[in-house]
Amino acid sequence: MAAPQFMHLHYLDPYQPRDSVVHALDARIKLSLAVAFILVVALMPMGAWALYALLLALSLSVIVLSELGVGPVLKRSVLALPFVLAAAPLLITGGLPTLVTLPIGGGIPISAPGAARFASIAIKSWLSLQMAIVLASATSFPQLLLAMRALRVPKLFVATFGLMWRYLFVLADETQRMLRARAARSGVSGEPGRKVGGSVIWRARVAGAMAGSLFLRAIERGDRIYLAMASRGYDGEIRSFPMPVIPRAQWVVLFAAFFVLALLLGLSLVF
Amino acid sequence: MLSKPAEMHIPDGFLSVGVSIALWIVALIFIAISLRKVNQSLGERQVPLMGVLAACIFAGQMLNFTVAGGTSGHLMGAALATILIGPWASILVMTCVVGAQALLFQDGGLLALGGNIVNMGIIGSFVSYGIFTVIKRLAGERRVGVFLSGFTAGWTSIVVAALAVALQLAASGTTTANIAVPTMGVVHMLIGIGEGLITVGALSVVYAARRDLVTGDAPAKGGNRGLVIGGVLIAVLLAVASPLASAFPDGLEWVAEQQGFLDKAQGPAFELFPDYVVPGIQNEALATIAAGLLGMLIVLGAASALAWSRRKRATPSV
Repeated sequence: MAAPQFMHLHYLDPYQPRDSVVHALDARIKLSLAVAFILVVALMPMGAWALYALLLALSLSVIVLSELGVGPVLKRSVLALPFVLAAAPLLITGGLPTLVTLPIGGGIPISAPGAARFASIAIKSWLSLQMAIVLASATSFPQLLLAMRALRVPKLFVATFGLMWRYLFVLADETQRMLRARAARSGVSGEPGRKVGGSVIWRARVAGAMAGSLFLRAIERGDRIYLAMASRGYDGEIRSFPMPVIPRAQWVVLFAAFFVLALLLGLSLVF
Repeated sequence: MLSKPAEMHIPDGFLSVGVSIALWIVALIFIAISLRKVNQSLGERQVPLMGVLAACIFAGQMLNFTVAGGTSGHLMGAALATILIGPWASILVMTCVVGAQALLFQDGGLLALGGNIVNMGIIGSFVSYGIFTVIKRLAGERRVGVFLSGFTAGWTSIVVAALAVALQLAASGTTTANIAVPTMGVVHMLIGIGEGLITVGALSVVYAARRDLVTGDAPAKGGNRGLVIGGVLIAVLLAVASPLASAFPDGLEWVAEQQGFLDKAQGPAFELFPDYVVPGIQNEALATIAAGLLGMLIVLGAASALAWSRRKRATPSV
């Protein structure tokens, strides 16, 4: 965890309030567009560099419009890139012609089509990630729940999901307290290079015991929450406000964006 | 971020659209079944209990222990949740956790979310349920039997889920089975030990404080013999299929080729865009790049202008 270890955990919320057009857009439209964008990126053929550039332009414009800051979003978007190692075998098994031969051992040939495919996967993943970051940073959690409801996610699931989010901060705080207590009691040294206490198995069991007590506390808390909800009239039925109406201008945005994405998809089929 | 076992969360871009959609369909079917099953057994307590337990697993993934050289062991939690609350409830809880990780923290992609739910939620839960029940029955109700089966369930859930990830990636043409399966398998055989040990540690606490949660008979948690067999079968199937797939990658490559027929039909990369050629630039590759850059600049310029004009409008009112 990069952020200060022992502070209150509300900084977890990825939502960053701004006064931007992207923030003002209805969450239903944002979620559909983000998914559509990611789908179009996934449908792009391998090695369509020019189309990737256009998609990058699109996502960069959304980032600029969202006023979240191009730097911070791009910095965050490289976080998941280590997964690209999973595609690394393509570099060798991609087939002929050979791009370069690495002077390791007897020489490892790097395949040109394999390298193109590898780069395409990395770029596609990066593009999708940018849009997912904008979605999460520009949409408040209640708005996301509303969008999930609109997309016909079962009500019971949406309610469970919402409750999880509400109590995530409580339980994450509790976990942090446990970690602090452990650090205070099991010989973690601030000095670099000092060994932590106990054998690996002992440490694993301590972590497990913490997970166990966290679980027991959560079960008890769940019972208390249920009693509180029941005493306030909860009977298993999820009641929610009707959906707000989407303004006409936002419909225009939705269809314009769909048109652009369809155009890009069309380009990928034509060329 | 909250969760660390990121090598298990597939980001977008790594699964082909066909594989993603197939996995989404599987995920949706099982989520629907588990919603109904859990509602039958918990009734109106479903929402608060499942919500808090999902938050618990989410937060519990922060719990770690140092192994060596800066690496650390973490909890995924599917096995622990399955043992304590049953396979269907565990699927629901893991779906919430994996969904929130994708939607809010970009840990795993949105299109790939179906696959991540299948791997960590559904396969993880069923496999741990099958393995835990079988080994517990073999070892009897003794303390050591519970812990042994807990360890095995935790370890197997990680390894089998990792094998599933490798096969899905290979079927998407993102990697080749003969390299991905052994690497993912071996790495997660090590990571799985951490999961197994944490699961045992957790079980020992719950065993001491609330023994009923650990030894409670399976039907109360919504499981049955069919599920046990199904869970073990998934584990065996993946364990057998993976080495087979890595020895004879043709089958998966065929799937990948069917998936990738679009780009297969396109030929090599740089002959793709004859119409992108910018006048005055001879080299086609260069022209492609230039055309892309130009388009990028135009769109970016328009967006920046719009953002700037909005800022202008916003300033006087402040």
